[in-house]
Amino acid sequence: MATIPEAPVAVSFRGVERHYGQVHAVDGVDLDIAPGEFFAMLGPSGSGKTTCLRLIAGFEQPTAGRIRIFGEEVEGVPAYRRPVNTVFQDYALFPHMNVLDNVCYGLRIRGMARGEREKLGRDALGLVKLSRMEARKPGQLSGGQRQRVALARALVLRPKVLLLDEPLGALDLKLREEMQGELKSLHKTIGLTFVFVTHDQGEALSMADRVAVFNNGRIVQVGAPEDIYERPRVRFVADFVGGSNIVEPDLVRAWTGKAGVASLRPEKIAVVPNDAESRAGAIEVDGTVAQILYQGPVKRIELATAGSVLVAAIPATAGPPLSEGDRVRAVFAASALHIMEGQ
Amino acid sequence: MRDGQRAPVGLKIAAGAGLAFIHVPLLFILLYAFTSEDRSYQFPPPGLTLKWFAVAWGRQDIFDALGLSVAVATLSTAAALVLGTFAAAALARTRFFGREAISLLLILPIALPGIVTGISLRAAFDIADIPYSFWTIVLGHATFCIVVVYNNAVARFRRLSPSLVEASMDLGADGFQTFRHVVLPNIATALLAGGMLAFALSFDEVIVTTFTAGQQTTLPIWMLSELVRPRQRPVTNVVAVIVIALTFLPILAAYYLTRNGEAVAGGGK
Amino acid sequence: MTAAVFDIDAPRDGLLRRVSDVLLARRGFYLLLLLLPPLLWLGVVYLGSLFALLAESLFSIDDFSGVIIRQPTLATFAQLLQPANFDVIVRTIAIATTVTILAVIVAFPIAYYAARYARGRMKAAFYLLVMMPLWSSYLVKIYAWKLLLAKEGAIGWTMNEAGAGSLLDAVLALPVIGGPSLSTSYIGMVLVFLYLWIPFMVLPVQAALERVPVSLIEASGDLGAAPGQTFRTVILPLALPGVVAGAIFTFSLTLGDYIVPEIVGPSSLILGQVVYIQQGTAGNIPLAAAFAVVPIVIMGFLLTVAKRIGAFDAL
Repeated sequence: MATIPEAPVAVSFRGVERHYGQVHAVDGVDLDIAPGEFFAMLGPSGSGKTTCLRLIAGFEQPTAGRIRIFGEEVEGVPAYRRPVNTVFQDYALFPHMNVLDNVCYGLRIRGMARGEREKLGRDALGLVKLSRMEARKPGQLSGGQRQRVALARALVLRPKVLLLDEPLGALDLKLREEMQGELKSLHKTIGLTFVFVTHDQGEALSMADRVAVFNNGRIVQVGAPEDIYERPRVRFVADFVGGSNIVEPDLVRAWTGKAGVASLRPEKIAVVPNDAESRAGAIEVDGTVAQILYQGPVKRIELATAGSVLVAAIPATAGPPLSEGDRVRAVFAASALHIMEGQ
Repeated sequence: MRDGQRAPVGLKIAAGAGLAFIHVPLLFILLYAFTSEDRSYQFPPPGLTLKWFAVAWGRQDIFDALGLSVAVATLSTAAALVLGTFAAAALARTRFFGREAISLLLILPIALPGIVTGISLRAAFDIADIPYSFWTIVLGHATFCIVVVYNNAVARFRRLSPSLVEASMDLGADGFQTFRHVVLPNIATALLAGGMLAFALSFDEVIVTTFTAGQQTTLPIWMLSELVRPRQRPVTNVVAVIVIALTFLPILAAYYLTRNGEAVAGGGK
Repeated sequence: MTAAVFDIDAPRDGLLRRVSDVLLARRGFYLLLLLLPPLLWLGVVYLGSLFALLAESLFSIDDFSGVIIRQPTLATFAQLLQPANFDVIVRTIAIATTVTILAVIVAFPIAYYAARYARGRMKAAFYLLVMMPLWSSYLVKIYAWKLLLAKEGAIGWTMNEAGAGSLLDAVLALPVIGGPSLSTSYIGMVLVFLYLWIPFMVLPVQAALERVPVSLIEASGDLGAAPGQTFRTVILPLALPGVVAGAIFTFSLTLGDYIVPEIVGPSSLILGQVVYIQQGTAGNIPLAAAFAVVPIVIMGFLLTVAKRIGAFDAL
């Protein structure tokens, strides 16, 4: 088994493909995840992100390409031989065992004595703040509690990489935000490499050190959350992450003289009355208010303009109240238009 | 027609009549176990007595037949459990060429009339020159018991979440350990139920048995010969009553073990 | 648990573990291993003997010496068309059909009530009440009916006491299906078959009815259908696979039975008896096999229909 002598990479993909007959679930993925990173794989359903996670875990084998975990090739290595553990989307807790036995399961398989493994199990439960529940069965726990048990069960084995498959999908909003914070602090405490899959871009942006955006079986962009958000590389990323205005090349040329399609984030657009003073250096576009959506902290204003429909997000309390049909002006800096690759 | 309502009166009467139709004859069997007249089946019976129970206790041929039936049923059930579980494990969640054909093959021994199965097996034993013995009976019974176990097992396998198996492997357990620690505990009750049904099926079977038995006498065969050339008629009824009592418990147990299905119309509690 | 410390040993590597590696890698091999024992058993033992039997039907028997001539011929099948033999086949199919139809009529209310209105303990009670007779001895059930149906038996006695003796005589005087007493008439035989096979009809129908989600029925009512309409257009079609599954059982069991007609019913033979006699005392295996092919063909047809409408899950 070849060991790469360079700086250790936790997980590396080279040209990985996974086909199911005609369907290319994963269609040529290259990836390097650094040790200790909190790495997010983001994308819509069917984009290949979950398949990639399963390829790391060992539940699937790639049709082509190579995967290395901490330098070791894992071709043909089954899941139970990999130093990787998974927190499943449906938690997959064993219904016939209580919480403590669930958590200690992996240790028991390794032949650890009962006393020793229960001590480690209790430590893990303490880490996820579920110590009082050790005698309960999974059926008696709430969704959030089950998720913590699944976490403890994976963590107790001290895997080299912890995989999380849409871990917060089944939780309601409040619980989800709470768990996001907890996962982040857990990660900082333990220092393991976390790789998680999600279709919720807000989650990816708030928790991850780096995000890989997937579409159609390929990685479209990898970078820090701020990079992905402020500087989307292609149309898909701009649209999927944060829902941007996509400004077609003809308008871009009209407004700035540059070539290419651009992304314009809604919060970078100010909405002023039609007859306000012109500002130097800013791009101004006249239009009519088509729809107003109140969203608590912001209002999303849909503006019908000559060339296109623009969506602006303004603080709910800013400026005079607007109503549908008002003639207004959208104002934004030229630098707010981020030129992207491709059409 | 909402479920909260009470059932229409006509339905209740029809259902009740149907159930009565099913059970009244059984009561007669019970009644005739006590009749004092042992030569004809007069109704009403001339007198009632308990002596036939004592007589049955004393007859060695009954015990021999009972023992043989129990032994055959046990072994057939064991074979059916193994083979049925294997088949269920293979067919529950996979798709491959020939899968439907195999499902059909499993059902065939029960779907085709018993006499066909009986004659086929007899012809096969003749050709292969296998002497009729205890083992030929077991072979015959196991063949149609497989599907009973298979049905129960496959239903349970389908309800077993695949992520449980993946989770177990993820945590370090190989295929065999996963089966032992995770799969088996979750299908155990279905296997138990299937096993009990198979046992009861084998215990009562007579048609295929007459073809595969040679000189052996299982309990049903004993009963058949008693009915054709009766020695003491009410004793047959006594044995019947005992058999009913004996098979009552496993059937009830099998029901309780498998009843927790998904919520469907009328299926919930 | 601070920095990641990989000090927990991996599980020990044993023989079973390595076998597991192989089985997981070669999924097809694993499936084959699982399927081989049951397939060997069923495929070789059962199918093999079935084909052996069918092969016999293509042979013929020398009438004088009784020796089986192993030359393929359709002569034995042609014998099936002789009036006496053909009668047997038609008779048996008629009986099986009657029994099946009656079974549906009797079983449906029971199944319907149990599926839709029984809850908890009642449901368990229903299940028991239906299943128990199933597992009481088949033979004794037949004999119980013989007693009931006999001239001096319970039914005759009850009807006489109730003053309905003449009604019984009128029924027995019906052509074809009547007879000297209930226990030697077709009516009696059909009653016994019906009695024996009812649980086989109740269970699949009940299972099928239970699988109808409440939401469908509610939706039907919501869209304006009267209860009777809902029953006809929503429930009945969904229950059909269960009925077909039950019919497969009742048909199959009736076509092959040779014990019931020996004990109850007129002296004319039905299919099962003919097969039994031919392969036994008459030693005419080819003819027995030819007769046995008839139920196989009929069941094959029924099974195909069942598969088409998805009744396989209900079996």
